[in-house]
Amino acid sequence: MAKRSAPEINAGSMADIAFLLLIFFLVTTTIDKDKGLVRQLPPPLDDEIVPPIIKEKNLFVVLVNANNDLLVEDEPMELKDLRQAAKDFLDNGGIPAGQEGYCDYCQGSRSPSSSDNPDKAIISMSSARKTDYTTYIAVQNELGAAYNELRDRESQRLFGWKYTEVKAAIAAGNYEGNEEKAKEKLKEVRALIPFKLSEAEPQSN
Amino acid sequence: MSKFKKKKGGELPPVNTASLPDIVFMLLFFFMVATVLRKNDLKVLNQLPPANQVEKLDKQRTVFVFIGKPGPNYKGKSREAIVQIGDRIVDVSEVKSAVLQEVQTKLDENLQSSAIVALKIDKNAEAGLVYDVKQELREANLPKIVFITTNGESVE
Repeated sequence: MAKRSAPEINAGSMADIAFLLLIFFLVTTTIDKDKGLVRQLPPPLDDEIVPPIIKEKNLFVVLVNANNDLLVEDEPMELKDLRQAAKDFLDNGGIPAGQEGYCDYCQGSRSPSSSDNPDKAIISMSSARKTDYTTYIAVQNELGAAYNELRDRESQRLFGWKYTEVKAAIAAGNYEGNEEKAKEKLKEVRALIPFKLSEAEPQSN
Repeated sequence: MSKFKKKKGGELPPVNTASLPDIVFMLLFFFMVATVLRKNDLKVLNQLPPANQVEKLDKQRTVFVFIGKPGPNYKGKSREAIVQIGDRIVDVSEVKSAVLQEVQTKLDENLQSSAIVALKIDKNAEAGLVYDVKQELREANLPKIVFITTNGESVE
């Protein structure tokens, strides 16, 4: 008897099936891209702790009203000028050379009426309850940018790379070189320009 | 001269589609791998504002809180912005317990102590409500928060 070869399976509809699956996954896909502004909340309120006294000149007050207008240090300001104003304030370094707390890496105007050094400088933000979240985020973003730019400048000066870039590389897991050492250096930069952004309770008007 | 005569018909040969399934399969596998099936059924409007000083989020230790005006999936009465945690709508005063419960059920046990709360807040929400939710998180001892934003310039 003649040998019969097994009949071939018709694969013509394979493409159709694959297309169907493909379209299903295309529709259901949401490619992960969650990024955001990282903030640290203060610990829960404790009545026994007396708030420390902060000199007025070490405080940079940013107010946002219900119409999303900015009032910075009692002066109205455009959002686009906020970043530079915050940088000037943080980078001021008002304590004169030779005295305790002198900031030798500050490049600001060293005005005695502005902040003593970046460690003492505190930015205080408060908004109205009716302020738009978009504006709130924009202000937070600009203030964060002021810190980031100063940190970038300092890390560039000390180590020759940018703080934000190295931090992002470590977070993404593709930093080339000694990660532990880099983390130590990031910490050093953070100590030079500590992030001190406090938020007050919003006013109801 | 018949040597140079065109072959009969002169039609284009059909394109070989034998490798089409392979190509489609390749795309299929890419999307299968990239797919994250949506776990949360959003009941609030959620258009995020832009910002550019952003950092990446560590998904494994994150719980989400959504804030925004009621969306089409919402069946309740409220017209004002509401808070959604997990699948349910919660009152501002319940945020603390709801978030803590979410942390306990959704996160890996040894990551619970370093949990991050990701706030996905609609751009038309009001700062007052955001502040109230932040106070609740502060009470719940979850100090690390991330305001999820889209990538873009926040200053025109």
